[in-house]
Amino acid sequence: MTYRNDPYDPKQVALLAPDALDGAVADAEQAFAAAADPDALTALRPAHLGDRSPVSLARREIGALPPAAKSDAGKRVNEARRAIEAAYAARAEVLEREQAERVLVTERVDVTLPYDRRPRGARHPLSVLMEQISDLFVGMGYEVAEGPEVELEWTNFDALNIPADHPARGLMDTFHIAPPPGAESSGLVLRTHTSPVQARTMLTRKPPIYVVVPGRVYRTDELDATHAPVFHQVEGLVVDRGITMAHLRGTLDHFARAMFGEGAKTRWRPHYFPFTEPSAEFDVWFPEHRDGPRWVEWGGCGMVNPRVLRACGIDPETYSGFAFGMGIDRTVMFRHGVSDMRDMAEGDVRFTRAFGAGA
Amino acid sequence: MRVSVSWLRECVDLPADLPVEDLEQALVDLGIEVESIVDLRATVTGALVVGKVLEIEELTGFKKPIRFCRVDVGAANGTGEPQEIVCGARNFAPGDRVVVILPGGVLPGGFAIGARKTYGRNSHGMICSAKELGLGDDHSGIIVLPGDVKALPGDDARPVVGLDDVVVEVEITPDRGYALSVRGIARELAHALGVPFRDPGLVPAPAGTAEPAYPVEVRDTVGCDRFAARMVRGIDPTVSTPGWMRQRLTVAGVRSISLPVDVTNYVMLELGQPMHAFDADRISGPLVVRRAEAGEKLTTLDGVARTLTAEDMVICDDSGPISLAAVMGGETSEVLASTTDVLFEAAHWDPVMVGRTARRHKLFSEAAKRWERGVDPALALVAVERAVRLLTEHAGGTAGAEILDLDHVRPRTPVTLPAGLPSRRVGVAYSPERVVSLLEQVGCHVTRGADRLGEDPGVAGVPAAGGADVLTVVPPTWRPDLTDPADLVEEVVRLDGYDRVPSVLPTAPPGRGLTWQQRRRRAVARSLAERGYVEVLAHPFVAGELADLLGLPADDPRRPAVRVANPLSEEEPLLRTALLGPLLGILKRNLGRGHRDVAVYEIGAVFHPRPGVGAPPAMGVDRQPTAAEFAAADAVVPDQPRHVAVALTGDIDPAGWWGAGRPAGWADAVEAARAVLAAADIPADRVEVRAAEYAPWHPGRCAELLVDGAVVGHAGELHPAVLAALELPRRTSAMELNLDALPPAPVAPAPMISGFPPALIDVALVVDEGVPAAEVQRALVEGAGELLEGVRLFDVYASEQLGAGRRSLAYKLTFRAPDRTLTVEEAVAARDAAVARAGERFGATLRGA
Repeated sequence: MTYRNDPYDPKQVALLAPDALDGAVADAEQAFAAAADPDALTALRPAHLGDRSPVSLARREIGALPPAAKSDAGKRVNEARRAIEAAYAARAEVLEREQAERVLVTERVDVTLPYDRRPRGARHPLSVLMEQISDLFVGMGYEVAEGPEVELEWTNFDALNIPADHPARGLMDTFHIAPPPGAESSGLVLRTHTSPVQARTMLTRKPPIYVVVPGRVYRTDELDATHAPVFHQVEGLVVDRGITMAHLRGTLDHFARAMFGEGAKTRWRPHYFPFTEPSAEFDVWFPEHRDGPRWVEWGGCGMVNPRVLRACGIDPETYSGFAFGMGIDRTVMFRHGVSDMRDMAEGDVRFTRAFGAGA
Repeated sequence: MRVSVSWLRECVDLPADLPVEDLEQALVDLGIEVESIVDLRATVTGALVVGKVLEIEELTGFKKPIRFCRVDVGAANGTGEPQEIVCGARNFAPGDRVVVILPGGVLPGGFAIGARKTYGRNSHGMICSAKELGLGDDHSGIIVLPGDVKALPGDDARPVVGLDDVVVEVEITPDRGYALSVRGIARELAHALGVPFRDPGLVPAPAGTAEPAYPVEVRDTVGCDRFAARMVRGIDPTVSTPGWMRQRLTVAGVRSISLPVDVTNYVMLELGQPMHAFDADRISGPLVVRRAEAGEKLTTLDGVARTLTAEDMVICDDSGPISLAAVMGGETSEVLASTTDVLFEAAHWDPVMVGRTARRHKLFSEAAKRWERGVDPALALVAVERAVRLLTEHAGGTAGAEILDLDHVRPRTPVTLPAGLPSRRVGVAYSPERVVSLLEQVGCHVTRGADRLGEDPGVAGVPAAGGADVLTVVPPTWRPDLTDPADLVEEVVRLDGYDRVPSVLPTAPPGRGLTWQQRRRRAVARSLAERGYVEVLAHPFVAGELADLLGLPADDPRRPAVRVANPLSEEEPLLRTALLGPLLGILKRNLGRGHRDVAVYEIGAVFHPRPGVGAPPAMGVDRQPTAAEFAAADAVVPDQPRHVAVALTGDIDPAGWWGAGRPAGWADAVEAARAVLAAADIPADRVEVRAAEYAPWHPGRCAELLVDGAVVGHAGELHPAVLAALELPRRTSAMELNLDALPPAPVAPAPMISGFPPALIDVALVVDEGVPAAEVQRALVEGAGELLEGVRLFDVYASEQLGAGRRSLAYKLTFRAPDRTLTVEEAVAARDAAVARAGERFGATLRGA
């Protein structure tokens, strides 16, 4: 065998010896295994895979070998290098995983610490319920009608077949608006029900009319656990050809089920309202009542009195209609078990917050 | 009305074992609200027996006189020996029969009776008063049974005192005056239960005679369309009202006064016909029924001297008015304990007149209540006859042969009812026969169209084929409420049963959903709730002094307010002209309840009177008002815009383990106002915020918000003086906007989204501290031109270096082009243009430049 006449370091030549390569691999594996973290491992890389590492130096020696031996030596060096690379990668993966896990442990916090930097606001349950009811009827094709709270006596009473001297007017404990100077009467009241919106609607729209009217109403009741001078109603009005009491019942039944579940149903008791004839009060069967399933008085309803239709310019020979209404405060009270009406008027934030933002 | 079932049974054959629940259900199904129903049989338990007082020993030496009695209770006590009972009452004597509850019994209210030692004696039971038995309010003494009561010592006392009965209290709707009587309720129950009814209003009564019972002239036959009277002379004035009558009156809540008066009340309760009894010796000359003269005086039975108006009606004798017709009698002709000659009067009055008189004089007597709701005009003679019989039967005397009956009652107008109308309105197929039968059941006289044609071939224009489909209905005299076909439809469905009405869902035409205003209100409400504000619904009543407390200037448009004529509290007679007053009241209430950090909001109407408007024009109801008429009326209705307001105090960001809290202040109120505008989809570039001086805000910490140049509201910290006056914490802040003043949201144009990178440049501008940041920013935006994508103020800084009265505003400018990556030169040029504009306008200089 002839050798190139290069400066030659026997020690380096020895690097190509199979034992030496195996040793380099074993050394590397041992060193890597001893590395405690990714940084320590990285620090080992030059010694075992860098330019001055045994495998790199061994590769350099290949050129000095006779051609016949080069191939074999090259293959062995490559194998050794791959083995070290693999050991490095495997160890790196382990160490990185271990380190990631250590970080997760050290970054642990107490997730039960209360984090309420923005205290919750809330919607009033009366507003929410009026919107829910409106949505239900809007889904059935109704529109939401509104009217003023200080209202003409004419729309609040006369147009609804409650003439000035009718005892029914006396039953609605009415807030009257003081007359302007020199006048005997203002002709204005704080509306005692949402029904004047019926009159306004019929005066401004042509049938078919399908509207739902949520709103605030007033009676001269002192505020106590069961009364309030200001309360809320929702009422519905339908005027169309061929409307019957059966349609009224169908609508109320649907409403009751939507509000109180499939087990809900309604029951009627004959009653008197000047603006409907026939008239009824209706109860709803409320399976979820806090004191057990029961009938609960819910509202009033009836067929729109033809006198009302006439006063509002709708021909009662061609059209008929129904109307219904209920107290929203009362509904919130029995639905949610509110025992004192004052809680809904006084604005204590604890009360309202209990109802959340309202879906 | 409260009535005992035993009285009802005199007119209707109720089943003997009718359960209380069934009775209640029957009434409810008829549309008669049951306030209470009490089975008196169950109110007293144990031995309640008749006793005869044998001996009374007066015990002295106590604070009040006490009696030790020996009472014969027959064999009821098991021994037959007299029962020894201590009693504090004094209205009885040996020989009297009394009501005794023996040891072991329980009185209403769970008052258990035992044998006990009291006042030094052993008392075995109790002698009872009416009140103790739950029979009324009379506690002036114990019950002494009248002589006509047949009962022996030891007998069960319940039937004797009326404790074997059921008492029903019902609420009658204003359309059914006739049900304010035993007659009416019994009739209704007969319909509901299908049992026989004997109408006490249809008993034969002698007709009016040619000679009047007393000379009477009715000068206003519209106000009084019937006046009947009869005299009873020579009664025994010492006879007291029989126990059974007194009992029934007591149950009804009517005080027993004297037999003649009790008889009129009894007849009113039984038949529904209010009556009056005059002492015939205390009236002089003919009676005149007429309208009062304005200013005429009359002292009514309640002892009140009343000044009458020309709308009231009076009954007069030679001395002038002696009775406020239909409402209350007068003192001068009142029946007295010595009265022997009684003139009974039963009239029929105009319900509207009575209602007005009752309201004017605030005299809501039992009579007025019935008149207002309608009294059967056919009853007068029956009632007089009933009263005369009751009186003479008990007090003797002679009924005069003459009967007065001035009858101007007009016959009822028949109602024409298409026989198919009930089916068409109700949705239940009623045959014409069924309709006729139900209407006849309530007392209507029904003629079928074809029959009527047969009777009266002269009626022209009614086609014979369709004639049978039309019913001619004459309602009974006791149902003045049945005037329209719809009233008859109600009778049909009510008697046939509301539960027979089927359930059919109608199909509405397609709707348009919520209006934009309604959607906007919800978005605003939700946005504020999500920002931590709690919604409240304050009452709108405010005090007149509120405007002063809020420091509103004398000419402030929020001062004129709508005034309630009859406020609940005289201190709060006005309606709010802004939400803020009541909202601050709620804020304060929350603070008073121990909350420290409170943020509340309200959305609601405020009320502004229309200056210079009078009363609305009168409009009838027989036709639709014309558009002009209604517009004129509507113009009187106060302007009622919907506002939104917030009020907040304490920390808006609470302190916690993360660090200190942040107190709420003017900026939060402005932020809330901006949030409302954002929720309303008002584009930010149409919103302007500028400093304002506006009560009740702090003059240096108040912003006014403008949309398209129009002021829509204010926000900031409230004036320290206002906060002091309202006793609210310092720095309390608030905002209020007029939601109705906001324009509709535009259809937003989509922005061009450029994919090219932005150029970010910060500029710090030094300006006088009086220069509003908003205006500096506007100048930057204008100067920067189209390449500017965004601008954000990120720091405000003042220092000695900058000099007094100067501050630095640091903005982050984002530039971007839609079609290319900007060069540094382009971005810098745009920035320089922006700064130059701010410089021109406000003398702004680049900091450090």
